[in-house]
Amino acid sequence: MADCALQVTGLSKRFGRVLGCADVGFEAAAGEALGIIGESGSGKTTVLRCLAGDVAPDAGRALLRRGTEAFDLFTVDGPERRALRVATVSIVYQNPADGLNLRISAGGNVAERLIAAGWRNFGKIRARVSELLARVDVPLDRMDDPAGAFSGGMLQRVQLAKAVANNPALLLLDEPTTGLDAAIAAGVLDLIRDLLEESGITALVVSHDMTVISMLTSRAVVLRAGRMVEAGLTDQLMEDPQDAYSQQLVAAARGAL
Amino acid sequence: MTVAALAASAGAGEFGHLDEQSKREIRCALLTAVAVPGYQVPFASREMPVARGWGSGGLQVTLAVIGPQDTVKVIDQGDDAGVNAANLRRLIVGCTNVPDTTDAREASIIQTRHRIPEEPLRADQTLVLQVPVPEPLRGVERDMRELRRMHAESDYSRIWVSLYEDLVRNGVITQSTGYPVLVGGRYVMATSPIPRWDVPKLHQAPFLSLFGAGREKRVYAVPPHTSVEPLAFEDVAFQVERTEGASCLLCGAAEAYLVEVPDRKGWICSDTDWCERRRTPGDDAGETGRAGAELAGAGGSARDAADG
Repeated sequence: MADCALQVTGLSKRFGRVLGCADVGFEAAAGEALGIIGESGSGKTTVLRCLAGDVAPDAGRALLRRGTEAFDLFTVDGPERRALRVATVSIVYQNPADGLNLRISAGGNVAERLIAAGWRNFGKIRARVSELLARVDVPLDRMDDPAGAFSGGMLQRVQLAKAVANNPALLLLDEPTTGLDAAIAAGVLDLIRDLLEESGITALVVSHDMTVISMLTSRAVVLRAGRMVEAGLTDQLMEDPQDAYSQQLVAAARGAL
Repeated sequence: MTVAALAASAGAGEFGHLDEQSKREIRCALLTAVAVPGYQVPFASREMPVARGWGSGGLQVTLAVIGPQDTVKVIDQGDDAGVNAANLRRLIVGCTNVPDTTDAREASIIQTRHRIPEEPLRADQTLVLQVPVPEPLRGVERDMRELRRMHAESDYSRIWVSLYEDLVRNGVITQSTGYPVLVGGRYVMATSPIPRWDVPKLHQAPFLSLFGAGREKRVYAVPPHTSVEPLAFEDVAFQVERTEGASCLLCGAAEAYLVEVPDRKGWICSDTDWCERRRTPGDDAGETGRAGAELAGAGGSARDAADG
């Protein structure tokens, strides 16, 4: 189910007195990777969790469009919402424990997504899981080891394999490399970039790290305190940030480089 | 007024120990259970004269459906003489005065914990199973709200993942008792602690099966002629237990659920009533030969490791 464009308008979410995000809107063309950047607490994860259905937004629309068909992600609920998560919208969490069951095997975690989509043939499930794990460079002799025994970088690879198992239309990446050491993070980033390029999945990449955004996306929006302060081409954002806050973020990234 | 006088004024006591209100409540739950095959219906699980976990659920179901015209058989494993079976039978007979039997053909209600009798049951018979853990998804999820949601939405992928894991780790399905089944194409149900051997007997069965879990306060049912399919991958067939070359030391049966007798280095039928009838001349239980009948009197006390 590739070639889906995403259009988000007026997305707002409050947690009691705390503002999650307010009037956030952006568009991602089919097959495009869009970055959402901001510091901790800027509301970027809230945006992603609303789209994934983990939290219900207070207002807004998120149209997933394919050809002339379109439907609003925020209007589906309950079982349909979960069905959507199986086949259409996948999320890779910053913390692997949120996306994986660490007590079962790595292969079992990926198999769960296939089984949820109706796969009932053990041989075919094994073959597809092997194919997916090979694609994300998880050694196949570790396929049946408990996920809890894996390193952080390896777990993110397993999460990625699980996320793309059913060829979703929309892939949400929430700080996919935060917490990994630099060398491992670079490997995972390379993998994500290759996956996005070859699959044509529409993706949203959330990160506080400008280097991650610039590596994976062509366009990005900047969030601050729940509101959008700037949007544009990632390169432009890197070269010539307009907003004072964006300038800070870029300066921070340059300092790290 | 003395206690004796009070007791006398209260009449002969209720038929079947439970008061009418309790029986009505259990029957209501059972009717729901029959109407929604495989669905676990909560009920009020009364205190019984047996401890919870010792068949109090099955006992309440039996006492709620039993009438004076019934004949009751109680087994523990396949054995009518098991301590738990003997106690429950005495209790049921004691408070109802119905006749009891060990012959599966004569009983109208058969209360059991681990087995379904080898003798094929008929439409006029009711099977009552004592259930320790009614929730088939307990092993994969502990949050009861989440469990309810999973059943409501037929979201059973996680129990399939546990089968996948079992196959990956062991090469075969190792779950022996309580094998999960899909009832009526809708609800995944725990088959109590019956062995895999007995699971196919539930599929499109002519008889009614009622499951009672006293400690967990749930009843569920498989009405007659309902599909009961063990969960199995398309390419890994469901299999019943079988030991190559094993046959009963007493009656010679190979096509029966056998339990090992360690000291005799052999096997005997788990269903003692069926085994005994196969060894009785002129009786028609089973079709195979009666070899080994001379070994009668051996074993008899052999059991699987008892489960609580």
